[in-house]
Amino acid sequence: MSDLALLALNLTEARDGLARKMFSARELAAAYNDAVSKAKPLNAYITPTPERALAMADAADERLARGEALPLDGIPIAVKDLFCTKDILTTAGSHVLDGFHPPYESTVSDKLWQAGGVMLGKTNLDEFAMGSSNTTSWYGPVENPWRRPGDNRPLVPGGSSGGSAAAVAAHAALAAIGTDTGGSIRQPASFCGIVGLKPTYGRCSRCGVVAFASSLDHPGPMARTVRDVAIMLSAMAGHDPRDSTSAPVPVADFEKALTGDIRGLRVGIPQEYRVDGMPRDIEALWQQGVEWLRTAGAEPVEISLSMTKYALPTYYIIALAEASSNLARYDGVRFGLRVEGDGLEEMYELTRAAGFGAEVRRRVLIGTYVLSAGYYDAYYLKAQRVRTLIARDFAAAFERVDCILTPTAPSTAFAIGEKSGDPIEMYLNDVFTVPANLAGVPAISVPAGLSGDGLPLGLQITGRAFDEETVLRVAQVLENAASFRHLPSFLAGAGR
Amino acid sequence: MALDKETVAHIATLARIRVAEAELELLANELSHILSWVEQLNEVDTTGVAPMASAAAASLPMRDDAVNDGGCREAILGNAPRVARGFFTVPKVVE
Repeated sequence: MSDLALLALNLTEARDGLARKMFSARELAAAYNDAVSKAKPLNAYITPTPERALAMADAADERLARGEALPLDGIPIAVKDLFCTKDILTTAGSHVLDGFHPPYESTVSDKLWQAGGVMLGKTNLDEFAMGSSNTTSWYGPVENPWRRPGDNRPLVPGGSSGGSAAAVAAHAALAAIGTDTGGSIRQPASFCGIVGLKPTYGRCSRCGVVAFASSLDHPGPMARTVRDVAIMLSAMAGHDPRDSTSAPVPVADFEKALTGDIRGLRVGIPQEYRVDGMPRDIEALWQQGVEWLRTAGAEPVEISLSMTKYALPTYYIIALAEASSNLARYDGVRFGLRVEGDGLEEMYELTRAAGFGAEVRRRVLIGTYVLSAGYYDAYYLKAQRVRTLIARDFAAAFERVDCILTPTAPSTAFAIGEKSGDPIEMYLNDVFTVPANLAGVPAISVPAGLSGDGLPLGLQITGRAFDEETVLRVAQVLENAASFRHLPSFLAGAGR
Repeated sequence: MALDKETVAHIATLARIRVAEAELELLANELSHILSWVEQLNEVDTTGVAPMASAAAASLPMRDDAVNDGGCREAILGNAPRVARGFFTVPKVVE
């Protein structure tokens, strides 16, 4: 098979091709190593690991030859550079982690390698996963492989898992892992035309994931199809005693959930998501999604998630408070950057001033403020109480419906620098995705169509806690109905 | 809530981030803008509503009180900017 044909296979097809000995894991890894290097203009990878990929592929080939294939044997996977990888540079997109080589492996990436996965490298991201456009990385912005037809301006891939999304979309990775604190898997999946799943809180271990906001951070898979994502999730999920919030819940074979049968399922349509200023093509696609599910035998039900408009401010208080606490560890003593100063305090202050970018600094300062004496109750505790109401909204909805259908994001990919400098305008990208993080429920973005200006748009399915099976099943029905076959203008094997 | 330059300087000290005097004004405006936006939460009546800290089960799991890790000093010190004789080192602190 030619490299181009190899790269065009999705994860499921590649797995089956490996099993049928149509090509070797080494051939596949070599094609992807080459694609990673050709995708350099996108800046999707911070650290490619080609030698590691070939060594892992050889081990997979030996198992395949013995007939002892593991579930992900020979599958080339990109890892967001927020997951610690043993002895491989891990940056979180930040200057403050300069030179950090973790002495341990994150649980989720370790599970992928235990399942036979092949590591392609570490992907770019917003600094500490703080952003919705992948423009805050110390390693520079990531470019979306998509462009508007007839418009040469580079577009953002979304964020914060923008490198992972761009790599998968450009066929420079077969699948990837990301993290989603307020939409950081689903929004870039929507912007890049791929599938991204934020599982239930506690489903995938956070051990070894550089912390942003501990009660909101969710590791999850990104890939080209719903089935690919289901296969990834089965390998990544599971209880981990090293993460106290990891749930001791059995892991299903999620691929088996993809029966295609959603007859009689009740699908909630929340009226509050019809926000002012939502582009007409997104509204129309949402309505189309309702019709697709109705045609497949599901029953659309109007529901109310009355606290939706308060989810974003609630999210920003909680996420920033937790971030200011988590980022206190970057002190120039134990790892990463150190800027010497006159005494210990000055060393801390200079190290953190030099190490954090503008968005991270802004967020740490706000987080510090809302946790400070006299303001804790007014901001932080208030936000935690509203969070309870948001979770109750979902609990009440899920008494009436089995899942919820909404758009993933209120816009398509925008050009780098197209937005104003107003941080709140950037925060509004996450208006449809943050509620699921606050409530901890699973949600997936599926590419469902193109906007008027030729860019991918995602629809989001949200489900009950630990019911990824329904989420995936409905998502696949949506995927089949939409039959999104469009490709970005840049493909790693072919160029632009 | 509008923050003034002095408050921003105080927050920066609490956060241990050195901020140049020339940046305080801009930061005060930015932070005030974000804080006034989040204050829309005051519209929500949360009387009698318990705060939610996490979507995970409320009680933390217990494990046996036994050593199950450790003995890896070299690995831990391996990333430190400055070490001496098996310790992290910091600038001299004299109170």
